[in-house]
Amino acid sequence: MNNLFKIAVRNLLRYKRRTLLTASLITIGVVFVLVFTSVTGSFKAMMIGQITDSMLGHLQVHRKGYVASIDNLPLNLNIKPKAYQKLTEALKAAPEIAAFSPRLKFGGMFSNFTETTNIRLNGIYPDREFQTVPLLTSRISDGKKTLSRGEIMIPTLLAKGLKIKVGDTVVVVATNVDGSVNGKQFVVSGILESATGPGGRDGYLHIEDAAEVLRMPEAEISEVAVRLKDFSRLPAAVRHLEGQLAGEVNKEGHPIFEVHSWEQLSPFFNIARMIDVMTFFIKIMLIAIVLISIMNVMIMAVYERIREIGTIAAIGTLPGRILSMFVIEGFCLGVLGAIIGDIVGSAIVLIINVIGIRFDFAQQKGLLLTTTLAPSDLLVISAIVIVVAVLASLQPAFKASRMEPIAALRHV
Amino acid sequence: MALIIADNIRKDYQVGDVVVHALQGVGFEIEPASFVSFVGPSGSGKTTLLNLIGCLDKPTAGTLTVADTDIARLDRKESAAFRGSHLGFIFQDFNLLPVLTVYENIEYPLLMVQNVPPAERKERIERLLDAVGMADQRDKYPDQISGGQKQRVAIARALVTHPALVLADEPTANLDSQTAYAVINLMKRMRDELATTFIFSTHDQKIVGEAEGIFRLEDGSIVAKEMKGGASHE
Repeated sequence: MNNLFKIAVRNLLRYKRRTLLTASLITIGVVFVLVFTSVTGSFKAMMIGQITDSMLGHLQVHRKGYVASIDNLPLNLNIKPKAYQKLTEALKAAPEIAAFSPRLKFGGMFSNFTETTNIRLNGIYPDREFQTVPLLTSRISDGKKTLSRGEIMIPTLLAKGLKIKVGDTVVVVATNVDGSVNGKQFVVSGILESATGPGGRDGYLHIEDAAEVLRMPEAEISEVAVRLKDFSRLPAAVRHLEGQLAGEVNKEGHPIFEVHSWEQLSPFFNIARMIDVMTFFIKIMLIAIVLISIMNVMIMAVYERIREIGTIAAIGTLPGRILSMFVIEGFCLGVLGAIIGDIVGSAIVLIINVIGIRFDFAQQKGLLLTTTLAPSDLLVISAIVIVVAVLASLQPAFKASRMEPIAALRHV
Repeated sequence: MALIIADNIRKDYQVGDVVVHALQGVGFEIEPASFVSFVGPSGSGKTTLLNLIGCLDKPTAGTLTVADTDIARLDRKESAAFRGSHLGFIFQDFNLLPVLTVYENIEYPLLMVQNVPPAERKERIERLLDAVGMADQRDKYPDQISGGQKQRVAIARALVTHPALVLADEPTANLDSQTAYAVINLMKRMRDELATTFIFSTHDQKIVGEAEGIFRLEDGSIVAKEMKGGASHE
């Protein structure tokens, strides 16, 4: 085998310029895919991190039917305290859950006593919320990074529109589940930067204040945001939790709860899927580049070495060994292109990080793109290149192995 | 027992709509350790005959037995294996592999065809390098040596597997007179030392003069056989 590699490498060195050109073409393809994968993957990971860690959580549990009407924030589909107790027990028993935060969500009127507008609010236990969505505090652009009773955090667009500052007194008016209206004064404790996706322009207040506004003797829960210990195990965690909660049924025998991952709750998931599809097609392009260039160069190699093929066949080299010679040559070319591509691609990703590229996404401004390149990406892309290089060599190699020595020796 | 027995061999080629009768009922026997030449004008069928004996082609009719093997019955893979184990080839254009050194070219059949162990491989190559006078050129590539030297390397490559038979198609055609004689003498010496049968196809009178058996071909038939006496081998 070593000798086959030696002959393959020497034949590649024999046509240095052609080898260099082909390897360069493969390198360009690998670099393009690596940089694209890195930039889009990092953008996707960053946006998913923003969405899950500052708003949604990794997954959420609602009362059955709530998500279908989530735009209305229906109070009649809240989880009652007794059911929430059962849910709490199930969540505490799940080993994969790091933290969870119950929320009482409602829509109401918001006034600075001169102007009034509508607002969507989340009643939360601040400590538990900050544990479940730790980046929420990073969205507080002005004010303190805590929330006490009698305080409210409002989105920046609302604060700008109504010219409200931290420390101002505002009033929140809401209709409770019975249809009666109630209001309560709050002090603005913080201004929240907007975030992309559902809940990105919501305000926050203490859950007991929310229950008071809605005249609930004990807070009902609209949703429970859940943070996992290992985000990569999200699908398994959703399945496990669904299984655990499947036993909780109402009088009619229907499940009480439903579990949704962030993917089912945020429209960004569709953008993430589009990015995945684009990455897939970029990889297809890479495959095409490698396939065409290697096949082209190997066809040339076979054509130029017909007499040599005839000689080694006449000497008694078995067809399988002749095939191996050319396949190994393609393999070496693929490995060369992949290694150079990996090095150059990694260097470009490093340069992007050193330069520091900033971008705007929806309401979020000046986001810093921190690109990363997972070793698995390098391995997968290298493997694709090498496998395709071998496949591309097969046809010319097969042709070489099937050549009649007598005809090959006559070739001029 | 003869090394080669040819009985009424015919070989036809289809060239377009025309059938070319390259060999027409050729029959002969060649003993081991012979130094034999097929001679004749271009198109007489000598290269065709050499290709058949070399298991590179199959007769249209008749039987051809080489080293007790009916070569017409061998499939593609068996033919390759047979060539690798029983035959050596010397080509007019030397046909050394340009990416291999002199040493590696001689080593090639032992390594890639016969899988001979390293120690034995080295011993055989060293011996042949000395025998053909190329020991001091061992690390050179084919484009760094002369035509005569290339043919000496090709002879060593053909002999390194200890074949029963070496087939040489116009081995001196691309060599000057002095080098051609040196190459012929080398082959004859190798025949004497290793008891290998050498068969040539040639126009070259130098080889014809040195051959111990001559088969003269015309229009696909042997028209004359001339034997000069037994080979002097060990």
